[in-house]
Amino acid sequence: MTARTLFQKIWDAHVVHQLPEGPALVYVDLHLVHEVTSPQAFAGLRREGRRVRRPDRTVATMDHNVPTGDRTLPIADPLAAAQLEALAVNARDFEIELFDLASPRQGIVHVIGPELGLTQPGMTIVCGDSHTSTHGAFGALAVGIGTSDVEHVLATQCLLWPSPRIMEARFTGARASGGGVTAKDLILALIGKIGTAGATGHVIEYTGDAIRALSMEERMTVCNMSIEAGARAGMIAPDEVTFAYLAGRLRAPTGAAWERAVAEWRQLASDPGATYDARVTIDASTVGPQVTWGTSPGMVADVTARVPSPGDFATDGERRAVARALEYMGLTPGTPLEGLPIDRVFLGSCTNARIEDLRAAARLVRGRHVAPTVRAMVVPGSQQVKSQAEAEGLDRVFQAAGFEWRNAGCSMCIGMNADVLRNGERCASTSNRNFEGRQGRGGRTHLMSPAMAAAAAIAGRLVDVRAWEVTAP
Amino acid sequence: MMQPFVQHTGIVAALPRSNVDTDQIIPKQFLKRVERTGFGPALFHDWRYLSDGRPDPAFELNDPSARGATILVAGPNFGCGSSREHAVWALLEYGFRAILAPSFADIFSANCCRNGVVPVPLHAEEIEQLFSRQRAAGGPYQLTVDLEAQCVSDGSGFHTSFPFDGFRRDMLLRGLDEIGRTLLEENLITTYERGRDAGSGERAWR
Repeated sequence: MTARTLFQKIWDAHVVHQLPEGPALVYVDLHLVHEVTSPQAFAGLRREGRRVRRPDRTVATMDHNVPTGDRTLPIADPLAAAQLEALAVNARDFEIELFDLASPRQGIVHVIGPELGLTQPGMTIVCGDSHTSTHGAFGALAVGIGTSDVEHVLATQCLLWPSPRIMEARFTGARASGGGVTAKDLILALIGKIGTAGATGHVIEYTGDAIRALSMEERMTVCNMSIEAGARAGMIAPDEVTFAYLAGRLRAPTGAAWERAVAEWRQLASDPGATYDARVTIDASTVGPQVTWGTSPGMVADVTARVPSPGDFATDGERRAVARALEYMGLTPGTPLEGLPIDRVFLGSCTNARIEDLRAAARLVRGRHVAPTVRAMVVPGSQQVKSQAEAEGLDRVFQAAGFEWRNAGCSMCIGMNADVLRNGERCASTSNRNFEGRQGRGGRTHLMSPAMAAAAAIAGRLVDVRAWEVTAP
Repeated sequence: MMQPFVQHTGIVAALPRSNVDTDQIIPKQFLKRVERTGFGPALFHDWRYLSDGRPDPAFELNDPSARGATILVAGPNFGCGSSREHAVWALLEYGFRAILAPSFADIFSANCCRNGVVPVPLHAEEIEQLFSRQRAAGGPYQLTVDLEAQCVSDGSGFHTSFPFDGFRRDMLLRGLDEIGRTLLEENLITTYERGRDAGSGERAWR
């Protein structure tokens, strides 16, 4: 039998039918739904008199549009309230499980799927959200889809899918020790290397020693930002780290079913000699803490670098884009990234708001105080992350340092709720997109790891967390 | 049912920017609507309007030559970022039927095809040529996009062909929606599902 990749094994197991005219009809094991990209899909079902084919394979939560302040108060924004209410009505009418604002399990869809054990190796998973790639960390094939496809999956539990190409992104070597270089830095370095369209049309499989050494939280950070490299999905073969994370989770198999499941999951890793359509290699030992300087995640550099000049780039298109980005970001070529003063810090998002992320940030913050010029907030990825952090006393560490401690949601990563930057404010953010206006019109976003963002909050400027940690009081 | 796309002739708006993300096409503050309509006026909102709400005369779509434009020509990696289909709904409601660019983000491309908007991939040099021709026209510049013949021309010297996925082309030409196609295979889905539900290695479905 020919050697197959992780992707190919999952794909083969889910093709219901190969259409003669092109795409495959692919079965979806798990469909995650949230309030922003689903109302028009449910309206489509109603219009056509269709039901949800598998409500038991469909799970909904509220995350994008939710307030992260006091949940006992009514929602101030009537449009947001109506959208949340629409999801509640749709979930009730179509008999879909919903984790609403009152639920202790509510949270960002890509945080709660894994923490509830819904996300499992070998599955096909879809959600009307581009960061669905996060779930690939478990060795699942997880893709973001638009609302028409949400309706398609609700109605048929399938998608018509042209077969993608597969890219291997191999991270060799080991990260520098000391905790200053994180999973966020690995994925930002990859995006910087191949560009934001570098993996268009591809599913990325992350391999290599530096990937194997990552925890599940770290693997989720890597897979999460696959879309920022243009990829349809990102995946990592499951191993003992994966199984240890899943064991005992609410929706994970138990007893004999668990043993059978693990035995199957062990077969998923790419076979030796399996071939890829494209390959890229990064030596993890050469990667330092990364910071974006522009308005696209590919506009990224080592924190020790300087802001580049449009003249450093090869094509007219790139030079135009860089000039425009620097103008928007209020940056001059040649300025060192280190030392850039910041106004806001956002610790949150589906990229970096899991318990490990909060622990890493808290470790730097403990006993220190946010700079007087900075407003900083922590938005846990889920209510469960929040409770766990509170049980560990992290909320007190953050609050004593002057951080705001909020309820779970997408918050300032997308800025649909009240958590937004003002015009011209510069933000150190653990989120995934530094697009113009993403965090608020005129807001200037620098993407980085939780440790880097926490250090920036204390220092009031961008700092190299590796040096800063030892010299600060 | 979506509007079929066979051939379309229309005025060109040129947007010579790279990596135009869906956050720019339709900013997040407009994603709270529960309908598929009402997004056109917010298309490219933060670029199109000044902070006092007046149209920004410096923005390409506000140029008099782009008035009534139905074909958008843009830089590479158009539609990257968020999966929001609202971006396509906004483009369509504004009047765009075709987007021409050197490359498109995957989810955006799929979303276009579900809504009768054609993402036409051309070579970067061809796109640059269209930018210059549009500028040189000094007024409205027209193109014809022919999906059936898979070619683009301006009737005065620019003519090129483009590749397009055969299945998506067929669905666009006939204005068919994919759910209808999938439902033709419902028996196969049911058979597959029985085997899948009986298998181990997954959560016990409620």
